[in-house]
Amino acid sequence: MTEVVFYILAGFAVLSAIACILQRNPVASAMWLVGTMFALAGIYVLLNAQFIGAIQVLVYAGAIMVLFLFVIMLLNLTNDAGDLRGWPTRLIGAGLVVAIVVPLLTLGRYTPHRLASEVTAAAGFGDPAVALPGGQAALAATVDKGVVGAMAVPLFQQYLVPFEITSILLLTAAVGAVVLAKRKL
Amino acid sequence: MIQLIWLTVALPLVGFLVNGVLAFRRPDAKGAVSVVGPAVVIASFGVAVAAFLEALRSPLEAAVIVPLWQWLPVGALQIDLAFQVDQLSLVMLLVVTGVGSLIHLFSVGYMKADPGYARYFAYLNLFVAFMLILVLGASFPVLFIGWEGVGLCSYLLIGFWYGEKANADAGKKAFIVNRIGDFGALVAMFLTWQALGTLSFAGIAEKAPQLLQPGGAVVTAITLLLFLGCTGKSAQIPLYTWLPDAMAGPTPVSALIHAATMVTAGVYLVARSNVLFAMAPVSQTVVAGVGALTALFAATIGLRQYDIKKVLAYSTVSQLGYMFLGVGSGAYVAGIFHLATHAFFKALLFLGSGSVIHAMHHAYHATHSHQDAQDMRNMGGLRKHLPWTFALMGIATLAIAGIPPFAGFFSKDEILAFAYGRGEAEPIWKLFWGMGALAALLTAFYMARLMAMTFFGENRTGAKEREHLHEAPWIMTGPLLVLGILSVAGGLLNLPAFIPAGPHHLLDAWLEPVLEPSRQFLKLESPHGGTETMLIGLAVAIAVVGLFFGYRLTLARPIPAAPDAPPERGIWKLLNRKWYVDELYDEFIVTPLVRISRGFLWKTVDQGIIDGAGANGSAWLSRKLGWLGSRLQTGEVGVYVILFLLGAAWILHAVVR
Amino acid sequence: MLLGPSLTLSAILFAIGVFGVLIRRNAIVLFMCIELMLNAVNLTFVALAQYHGLSGQVLVFFVMTVAAAEAAVGLAIILSVFRHKQSVDLKYINLLRG
Repeated sequence: MTEVVFYILAGFAVLSAIACILQRNPVASAMWLVGTMFALAGIYVLLNAQFIGAIQVLVYAGAIMVLFLFVIMLLNLTNDAGDLRGWPTRLIGAGLVVAIVVPLLTLGRYTPHRLASEVTAAAGFGDPAVALPGGQAALAATVDKGVVGAMAVPLFQQYLVPFEITSILLLTAAVGAVVLAKRKL
Repeated sequence: MIQLIWLTVALPLVGFLVNGVLAFRRPDAKGAVSVVGPAVVIASFGVAVAAFLEALRSPLEAAVIVPLWQWLPVGALQIDLAFQVDQLSLVMLLVVTGVGSLIHLFSVGYMKADPGYARYFAYLNLFVAFMLILVLGASFPVLFIGWEGVGLCSYLLIGFWYGEKANADAGKKAFIVNRIGDFGALVAMFLTWQALGTLSFAGIAEKAPQLLQPGGAVVTAITLLLFLGCTGKSAQIPLYTWLPDAMAGPTPVSALIHAATMVTAGVYLVARSNVLFAMAPVSQTVVAGVGALTALFAATIGLRQYDIKKVLAYSTVSQLGYMFLGVGSGAYVAGIFHLATHAFFKALLFLGSGSVIHAMHHAYHATHSHQDAQDMRNMGGLRKHLPWTFALMGIATLAIAGIPPFAGFFSKDEILAFAYGRGEAEPIWKLFWGMGALAALLTAFYMARLMAMTFFGENRTGAKEREHLHEAPWIMTGPLLVLGILSVAGGLLNLPAFIPAGPHHLLDAWLEPVLEPSRQFLKLESPHGGTETMLIGLAVAIAVVGLFFGYRLTLARPIPAAPDAPPERGIWKLLNRKWYVDELYDEFIVTPLVRISRGFLWKTVDQGIIDGAGANGSAWLSRKLGWLGSRLQTGEVGVYVILFLLGAAWILHAVVR
Repeated sequence: MLLGPSLTLSAILFAIGVFGVLIRRNAIVLFMCIELMLNAVNLTFVALAQYHGLSGQVLVFFVMTVAAAEAAVGLAIILSVFRHKQSVDLKYINLLRG
């Protein structure tokens, strides 16, 4: 059942992405990207990352894409005919994409057992339950503390320093964006 | 004193430095230079005499090697800067420092008015230092230092009056022609090192009989190449052409370098390598043959030269041929003997001619005439005006012609006798003997001609000039006197057995230890009895006949003065123009070389390839590559992204296996 | 579960994003394609977080935060470039040409 849902969402994500990059109207592009993000949010929920799914909708689709739309409309962009590059570039692009992605597609062969065997460096397939205790712990924590609480533990313990630095980063970004976008300094 | 033999080299070097500094700072300090210049060489002579006496008192069984310092320690090649004191080097040492001292004293008077006085003595002292390094060297490389050094000093002194292009050209010619010979000497050294693994003379004398095959290709090659070096330094065919041109230098230089010492370096080299030469009969024939041919050839040219110094120059070339005939046939003692006696009488002849030229210059200077002071046709009857010079040059002429009991008779006779004696076994030596005898006849003839034209007959200098002709000061005539005595008594060095009185074969006995290693390969017999008497009689007859006819035929007709002289014709023109050898060399060797150098090597290789393709080409390439690189900076993000992703793809492929 | 398919989907989305970056000339749309790439990577992290622990999800959290900051600053830059050039077409933005 989950797989069926997964494949539907995946298909939708891919189609949205393709539509996003091929649309001439920037606003249309942005909307298709939002569609992709929704699909991905759904997939996150299926993959047991409910908090991330929610955050995806809230932050990514809700804030970042809104920002994009604001800027597009602020600049009052029209859809030029010459917005996409010509054929030589498309061919080069296709070639590069194939070159980059083909090694990545091999990742599709991974199953939990294979992952486990690689982690434990054992021959044959390992047992994910034994070799990858993190997964079980994650599940247990989610059950125990709730979705948000389970994430809060590593966030405020293991990753405290990056957390603080990220907050400073956000502050810097806000200041920087204001300064850069001013008409007159 | 033998251990302090390096003083003989150090003293002239100090003289060079002092005189050199004076030449730069105080060129008019002639008094100081007059003292320092000759004094260091006389002191050197003193050390040489002391060493000689020490060797007399306690005879040397083997050569004494005096090492100074380690020079080239390179792996298996260990060359020290070391001097070798043995009988042969002592002989050479005495000749060089003795005759050198006399010539330094002569120069004090001769060069007195010259502005380059200090420079002259600096160069002359440097020459003596290098020559002594040459004769004292214990190995080929050290000898070669001296070899090259005397070549350098020869160049400096020939072109002493470099204001005239002809003098500078003569200096260059001497140096370059010598270089050709030096190439041969160097290759011979390399071959010696490769074959024997040692370059010291003691080592060679020991190893050559063991490692080399007598008469084989290696030893023949080594000796022939060494001889090539000797033809350059000692002016034999084919590299003799620089010596007559070298007369452009001051006359005492001609006396010292181009008569008594530097040109004899080749003879010394052959004598030093007696083991190698004794093992190569082909080379011996070549050496002796070239020597005999040169003796004859140069004598023919000397017959018809009018410049007094040119006659003496060709005479030197001819006499050097005799020396090579001697050492080539294996008669090393005879060769060295002739070297010594020749040093005496040739130096005397040159210095005497210097006296004459000095007087002629003085005369022409007083009357502001521009006539050539060295042309014999402008001289004549000078025995009235320069009696001492006349007498002493007469003695030297008798010596060089080979009249007994003067020095030249004994040495020349010994060489010819050994050549004849060897001819009993190999007929070609009899041919060499014949050439030598004919050359002796011509020698007597042209020397008599020289004396006749210069000192006898009517004076052709000119009425006004005649009053200014007078004898040279004593500082110049004194050394002439000493050399005259040596030319008379020089024969005592090696009297042959048939002379009833006096010590016999002194030089033979003295040099025996040095020549001993070669005895196993070469046994030389001097002819005895009837043959010997015939040879001696023939030699004396040749000398007398030559002198007589030379005198008579020269004075048979009145000689015109140089400005009025008719041009030469026919065979006389050929002789006067030195058989056109210089012109032939110029046409067939020099001009093609210059054309190749200028046209090909300079224009094509140097300018075209090295400059064009190399220097300019690499700059052009850099510019092009730089331009190519700049094409990457398009400023367009799309291009940058593509390049970025190319790199990313590459890394990905490298990581994902 | 669904590890393999998730990773494949991630690769495909990433490929589409790369293609978009190469294809488009509009700077803002280019930016959006970059965001698409970031999303693909987030999917990878989340898929593997099932087996390696919640660190994966924490990293996704950070990625999103940084993407937000980056989008803000980047769009501000595009705005000020637009004020000079009156266009966001990349072919006019080539002052670094050498």
